[in-house]
Amino acid sequence: MTEDWKDYTQRIEELAARSGLKFHPVEFEAVPDSFMMEIAVYGLPVRMPHWSFGVRYIYQLIQRHMGNSRLFEVVFPGNPGHAYLAASNGLAENILVTAHVLGHADFSRNNLMFRRCQGQVSEHIVEHAANHARQIQQAIETYGMQRVEAVLDAALALEQHIDVDQSLRRERYPEYAPEAKALVDDEFRKRFASLDPTAASTGLEIKKRAPVPPHPERDLLWFVANYAPEMESWERDIFLAVREESFYFYPVFATQIMNEGWASYWHARLLREANFVPQQAYVDAIKCHSDVVRSVAADQQVALHINPYHLGFSMWEKIVEKDGMDAARSIMEQDDDFGFIRNHLTRELADELGLFRFSARNDGHVKVLEHDLTALHEAVLSPKYNFGAPSVSATHVRTDGTLELTHDNSVDGRGLDLERSRRVLDYVQRVWRRPIVLSTVNQAGSTLELTAP
Amino acid sequence: MPESSDKPASDAGKWYDLFSRGARDWLRHDEKVRESVRKHLPQIVSGADVINEGARTVRVPVRMLEHYHFRLRRPEESQGAGQGKAKPGDVFSDPSKQRGPGEKGAGGQDEGEVQLLLEFKIDDIVDWLWEEMQLPNLKARVGPSEETDWVREGWDRRGARSRLDRRRSFKEMVKRRGNPGATPTFIDEDLRYRQLARRRQPALHAVVFFMLDVSGSMSDRDRKLAKTFFFWVVQGLRREYRSLETVFVAHTTEAWEFTEPEFFQVSGTGGTVSSTGFNKVREIIDARYNPGRCNIYLFYASDGDNSVSDSAEARETLSSITGDACFTGYVEVSSGLSRQLATETGRLFAELATAGCAAGSYALNDFDDVWGAVRHFFSAEAKALEAPG
Repeated sequence: MTEDWKDYTQRIEELAARSGLKFHPVEFEAVPDSFMMEIAVYGLPVRMPHWSFGVRYIYQLIQRHMGNSRLFEVVFPGNPGHAYLAASNGLAENILVTAHVLGHADFSRNNLMFRRCQGQVSEHIVEHAANHARQIQQAIETYGMQRVEAVLDAALALEQHIDVDQSLRRERYPEYAPEAKALVDDEFRKRFASLDPTAASTGLEIKKRAPVPPHPERDLLWFVANYAPEMESWERDIFLAVREESFYFYPVFATQIMNEGWASYWHARLLREANFVPQQAYVDAIKCHSDVVRSVAADQQVALHINPYHLGFSMWEKIVEKDGMDAARSIMEQDDDFGFIRNHLTRELADELGLFRFSARNDGHVKVLEHDLTALHEAVLSPKYNFGAPSVSATHVRTDGTLELTHDNSVDGRGLDLERSRRVLDYVQRVWRRPIVLSTVNQAGSTLELTAP
Repeated sequence: MPESSDKPASDAGKWYDLFSRGARDWLRHDEKVRESVRKHLPQIVSGADVINEGARTVRVPVRMLEHYHFRLRRPEESQGAGQGKAKPGDVFSDPSKQRGPGEKGAGGQDEGEVQLLLEFKIDDIVDWLWEEMQLPNLKARVGPSEETDWVREGWDRRGARSRLDRRRSFKEMVKRRGNPGATPTFIDEDLRYRQLARRRQPALHAVVFFMLDVSGSMSDRDRKLAKTFFFWVVQGLRREYRSLETVFVAHTTEAWEFTEPEFFQVSGTGGTVSSTGFNKVREIIDARYNPGRCNIYLFYASDGDNSVSDSAEARETLSSITGDACFTGYVEVSSGLSRQLATETGRLFAELATAGCAAGSYALNDFDDVWGAVRHFFSAEAKALEAPG
């Protein structure tokens, strides 16, 4: 591949900075397509080994052979950021991609959710993940493939079950329940205590052990790592490594529409303003842009999913046009996809873009539903709730160490897939090393308990 | 593993060429699939299409493993958001969501069904199966029971110079010194010699006759069932006999000897006279094999509808064959479940078995039965051989 695009990188960066983008420096690197594919599979350039990534890898290979997906770039936020560009990109594609990457870099530096998570995980997730991979490799050498894999099976099965509202390095629950209010030091208590020392001290010694967990706990990775009765410390480390990576992935997941839209908006805009780009490259890049940012595949009339690039791009264009760049920037800083869609996807825009709601039966029968903006918002957002996972929380640990998990079907609207849930319990049980009970509801809506073993 | 960030740009971007993590994890997945295939081997390999003509491997179609997560139950009806030219009330069908009957949404939401073809060595499979099913190893009836042979096995620190294993010794030296840079110097402790072990091996000669009824009443499926069964029988017998010959005989109202590839392609018309087949087998034994020096097996597959007028002659020839054979087996490949060996030929073999001959029968209705049949015959055969006389 020619390195021509590197000549443009700096000029695009300057243009971006002049246009008001504020980003950490980005290190660009052109890598072979095979490596691009692996990054897409693992989500990080170097990540822990697990057979499930092998399965995704094969699906990617198949996809690629069918010509379905092409990856132009992958960017990792941080200071500096890392951007990997496919070596097969042409000049025009690389110019476009560079601008796109800068849009992402601006987003990840300024969006609050990204900032918060990076504050927790640090700005060096790429290096951290590589460290985790190395630790796990060492664990494999020490404890053997079978044992490490059993832990990873459990940890990665729970990877969506974290609580980003809590801190990454979270303290254990307080050992004792908070003391009753009555023990406040007032005049009466002091006098009472002076009358009979034993009476006063009993009041202080009745410290009640707090139940574990004191409230339903949805950070299952953290909970298992901290409260599993017989977990070994290297197993804990693996759980916490997976959790840390999940903390990194969460903002990427929860702001995908905004983030991709923002980057697409900026690559289009920077390209328009970049008068130094040769005419032909510009035309090619615009073609590439319209391939990526399109609502419906060329050979179809209707798509039963929404292209986040297209939706985000259109929404940002509308917002900038209507309220100006400053307003757009503050939305970009403060929102995630939930706020963004609910507040800024208007009826007019939804109509303009041809968004609709549908209901699909298992046999493939699809019916387009009545217009309803609020319901449309929820239809767009529903796959994103709770990191895309059902709401399962740890609710109790019995005295014999049995872990009780509870699925909140009132939030999710229906019960769990029993077969899969059973398998997950089997995974987790090998680490928890005591029985696990999971309650959910069956088809008829009555409570059902799954147990492992 | 080097990290991408702390390397200078000129040097970066090379480490990932060295190996593919995706391929590594894929291989691990592959291994896991093999493990689980191994656990369910009998069900899988009895499938109709696993036998690869002439090759020493078997191809098994498998699904990819799923790494399970908590998921909600698949709803009868799901809602989503889409985009395009559609008005409320429009109805259409989504081809990607249509699944054939029997395939319950096992794949992930975005993962199409992908099937893999795994290749297994037949020898491995047979070994696993024999272990798994605890099939008895056969004892031969005639011939020297064992002969000894020397095989290479393991290493030792002492040995004849000619058996010095240089590669192994070098490795030991490197292990000891842990410093590959310096010039190699060996000490005596590094040296490794190949050892020989005395291994007893059956030194037996056997011939197995496969006799197939190809009359009009035998369907393609019946022949295929028989073929699958025969295939595994050969594999099982090969475990025991260093040299195993196979003879293929097909019959309708006449009988012919065929080569293996032709054998399974043959289809005839007309009635069934099994004595012609037995006569042919008798003829071949007399002409080519000496029952005193060679272990003879006969497996016969038929739908059992032998013509009634033939029964006397069939009985006579078959009895004479069982007299010479280690074992005679009959599989009835009748697609109808109701008969279950209550046929002319079925009765004939039942009689032989009650008369104390080494004979057995099994009704083979489905590909799932193949392993049952193989197990049945190999255990029956072992029993028959243990019995005195």
